[in-house]
Amino acid sequence: MNEVGVKRYSPGRIITYLLLTIMAFLSIFPFYWMFVIGSNHTSAVNKFPPAMLPGMNFMENAQKVFVNIDFFKAIMNSVITSTTITVSVLFFCSLAGFAFAKLEFKGKNWLFIFIIATMMVPSQLGIIPSYMIVSKLGWIDSLNAVIVPAMVNAFGVFWMRQYISATIPNELLDAGRMDGCSNFTLYWKVVLPSVRPAMATLGLITFMNVWNDFLWPLVVLKDRSMHTIQIALRTLNGAYYQDFAMILAGTFMATLPILIVFLMFSKQFIAGLTEGSIK
Amino acid sequence: MKQSTKDHISGYLYISPFFIIFGVFGLFPIIFTAYISFHKWNILGTKEFVGFNNYQLLFTDPLFWKALGNTFSIWFISTLPQLFLALIFAFILNSALLKGKEFFRLAVFLPNITSVVAVAIIFGAIFGEHYGILNYLLSFIGVEPINWKASYLGTHIAISAMVMWRWTGYNTIIYLSALQSIPKDLYEAATIDGANKMQQFFYITIPMIRPMVIFTVILSTIGGMQIFAEPLMFSGNGGGALDQGLTMTLYLYEEAFVRNSFGYSSAIAWVLFLIIVLFSLVNLYVTNRIKSAE
Repeated sequence: MNEVGVKRYSPGRIITYLLLTIMAFLSIFPFYWMFVIGSNHTSAVNKFPPAMLPGMNFMENAQKVFVNIDFFKAIMNSVITSTTITVSVLFFCSLAGFAFAKLEFKGKNWLFIFIIATMMVPSQLGIIPSYMIVSKLGWIDSLNAVIVPAMVNAFGVFWMRQYISATIPNELLDAGRMDGCSNFTLYWKVVLPSVRPAMATLGLITFMNVWNDFLWPLVVLKDRSMHTIQIALRTLNGAYYQDFAMILAGTFMATLPILIVFLMFSKQFIAGLTEGSIK
Repeated sequence: MKQSTKDHISGYLYISPFFIIFGVFGLFPIIFTAYISFHKWNILGTKEFVGFNNYQLLFTDPLFWKALGNTFSIWFISTLPQLFLALIFAFILNSALLKGKEFFRLAVFLPNITSVVAVAIIFGAIFGEHYGILNYLLSFIGVEPINWKASYLGTHIAISAMVMWRWTGYNTIIYLSALQSIPKDLYEAATIDGANKMQQFFYITIPMIRPMVIFTVILSTIGGMQIFAEPLMFSGNGGGALDQGLTMTLYLYEEAFVRNSFGYSSAIAWVLFLIIVLFSLVNLYVTNRIKSAE
């Protein structure tokens, strides 16, 4: 789109593109360099100037990663926890969001304010008692310890409530009630199908957060066979400090799945974030 | 059954999962943390009530003050440039004339999906003393290799760089969404009234996105106060030889899960929480003052 009076190649536009290109380069370069180091031989890494082009040793480095950590088990653990939590968050948060947006019950406003207030509380505050509860339940070194506390969250409830009250007309629900639908049928048949965009964004945010979570899994998953990929990466980094080529090959392989998931849904996700957040 | 009764039953039922989970893993632990903070307790022995001792100890503990200073230093170095850059990028990305907008949006957001652990490892390599890419670039302008890991400032800059790399794009997208929600006719009306671009920026754009600016300031403050994985990965256990990477959350973690002083760690947790609340309120006050000054 060209506006009248704006030149195509004005200095302002050139500076704009220059800035954006530098920004894009700085954003993407670490991903590229991770692969460069991960695919070079360790001796090529330990030189000055550092390697700038991909090498031929990626498979060799990957092999070393598999020897040092149970890479695929860790990825599986991450997939299981992230998927379970995402499905559960989507279900419980949309259900609660529906209740807050469309059902009338006593104390509703106060309960909603309370939920929003809990978003301010840092997660570390209760970490010691949470650890004790989890250990009483026998969940240390069990994925339950990561999954159960994260099954529903305040942000999700807030997000779904905002979206549902803005997009679902009350008349639609009233019409459903005339036809004898119960509240749950309305939720399942009317609300759920119409809030897909909000669900997609919430789902992706949740999935990424859980996939990248570090402190809590570090505390409760001690046994190597139960490590999520982030904790496994940390072990790799801590134990073999010198072998940067291997460490970054592992980091690259661990980043790849989330990168693919993100690029697959990115369009929907960015649109959801830019359009859905202000309602 | 009346619809109102049905609504009450369903309503409470549908929101109950949140309250059950939050009750067990949120509210109860917070209260219990306060209780533990008044005791001397390592997980094996019995709890011994010590009143405010842990808190008194905290205020005379040089390590705690160091952790506090480090946390604030890292927060300051990372937050200001990050939000400023985000604002600039959001303005640029919002300009209608731009080609390839989708690509740039994606590129700016990409770092945010990377895990902190991966970021810390990559930046550990970039900020390496002998073979790091940054020292290589600096050598072109005649700067001797810097041992980033060994000094306070070096460590704080490296950790801040990780935070900035990961979060600038996120804040850009948030600002972008705020910019896009400003109705176009506001600008048109202003143009008709003879307001120039500069006036439009200060009298329309800035006031309209202020809520989002406050939101990001508070969010990055809360995040900054809780910084943990980056210093742990960059400086190692304990935050390095000079404790240059010891942040409040790292200190809390070490006291609880390395040294087993649960009482003391709980006191740190509560002080950390109070600092976050206080700091958020100060932020809110300052950002509101900036509004009324205009």
